[in-house]
Amino acid sequence: MSPSFAAARAAVRRGRAVTLLALAGMALVYLLALRYTPVELHQGLAQKIFYLHVPAAWTALLIFSLMGIVSIIFLWLHDERLDLFAEASAEVGLMFSAIMLTTGPIWAKPIWGTWWQWDPRLTLTLFLFFLYVGYLALRSSIHDPLERGRFSAVVAILGMLLVPFIHLSVYLFRTLHPKPVVLKPSAPSLPPEMLRTLLIAFGVCLALYAGLVMMRYGAGAAERLREAGGEGGEVPDGA
Amino acid sequence: MVFAALVLVIVNFARDPTALPALALAPSALWITFAFGAVVALNRAFAVEREHGALDGLLLAPVPREALYLGKLLANLAFVGIVEAVALPLFVVFFDVPLGHALGGLLAVTALATTGFVAVGTIFSAMAVRTRFAELLLPVLLLPFMVPPLIAAAGLTARLLEGRPWSELHGMLRLLILYDIVFVTLSTLLFPAVMDE
Repeated sequence: MSPSFAAARAAVRRGRAVTLLALAGMALVYLLALRYTPVELHQGLAQKIFYLHVPAAWTALLIFSLMGIVSIIFLWLHDERLDLFAEASAEVGLMFSAIMLTTGPIWAKPIWGTWWQWDPRLTLTLFLFFLYVGYLALRSSIHDPLERGRFSAVVAILGMLLVPFIHLSVYLFRTLHPKPVVLKPSAPSLPPEMLRTLLIAFGVCLALYAGLVMMRYGAGAAERLREAGGEGGEVPDGA
Repeated sequence: MVFAALVLVIVNFARDPTALPALALAPSALWITFAFGAVVALNRAFAVEREHGALDGLLLAPVPREALYLGKLLANLAFVGIVEAVALPLFVVFFDVPLGHALGGLLAVTALATTGFVAVGTIFSAMAVRTRFAELLLPVLLLPFMVPPLIAAAGLTARLLEGRPWSELHGMLRLLILYDIVFVTLSTLLFPAVMDE
């Protein structure tokens, strides 16, 4: 059931290739963003960060939902690979949510005039970040791999359901105390060039996620094999 | 309980009395106290079982794990409820809150919100107690889950104290009830996964 060292190595190699492709894609996205898409009328060049910020946010949200679903299946099937996938996803998801949380304020300062607003979407993403951190903190504090898998699956499932609740509660909080600043980060309709670039950027982020997860998955699988091999005897392949 | 009283005192002194009337800060003070009190109480929830190996005995008992969870949830609710029962009169005295007509509503809101976060807190403390950084891990895991019930409860408390009409209350009340239903059910279903040996 568990992969061999060779399979783990192959996963890392494939992941590295996909990651490099995705990074090249990211460079292409920025070429497109600067040369192909029009400059936004009111925001000027600051709007260009949108092509990194929004896809990263979508990806971070998507990864957490994916982790929740995978965790449900893990508690049902107890397949170690699902746990490895969730672990790898959480680390990559943390990276994407960090990108989202750093690019957001950089954009918000010139456009909104403030680094941070307690708007439902911002609060939601901040807590998404906290959920990733909590999930990984839990993982790092448990030794037994089986227990670690089960405990973190429980947190991922509960967290997946918490996300809509946070959005709803902050939404209620804010609509009852309206703010003078109109928070509407997205334009009602995008010019086709912007939309196309955004979708390409989202695809690139997904590819980056896939590549990084493959690498992390392979590394995680090799680590588990080494731990198992450390008790049972020789490590094959010397990896 | 002493801890809850201390939090109330600190919040009161952290307020600039010339800038902010006590009543404006009262709902936040109350819910900060309840939240911290609950985290401290939950940190100890499974520690006794852990230290005396009583959990193994409980797990051997011929009852479903779900029943074990609900029993533990009730015990924690009682414990946190006692802390809140002590903190509430102190809060009324320290912040000079005209409770009067709001008392019934406030008790209902407190019960609903406490049920919500203690439901999640019970399952998390069962996990955290088996890890290396138990006392640190529980708040890190639990605080995000406390946000929806705390926002709703603090908002409701403020409106109850101001005597606002029902139409301004029911949205947040519904959120609290929904949160309780979802997380009590889910935690009951997931608890066996935490307890399996």
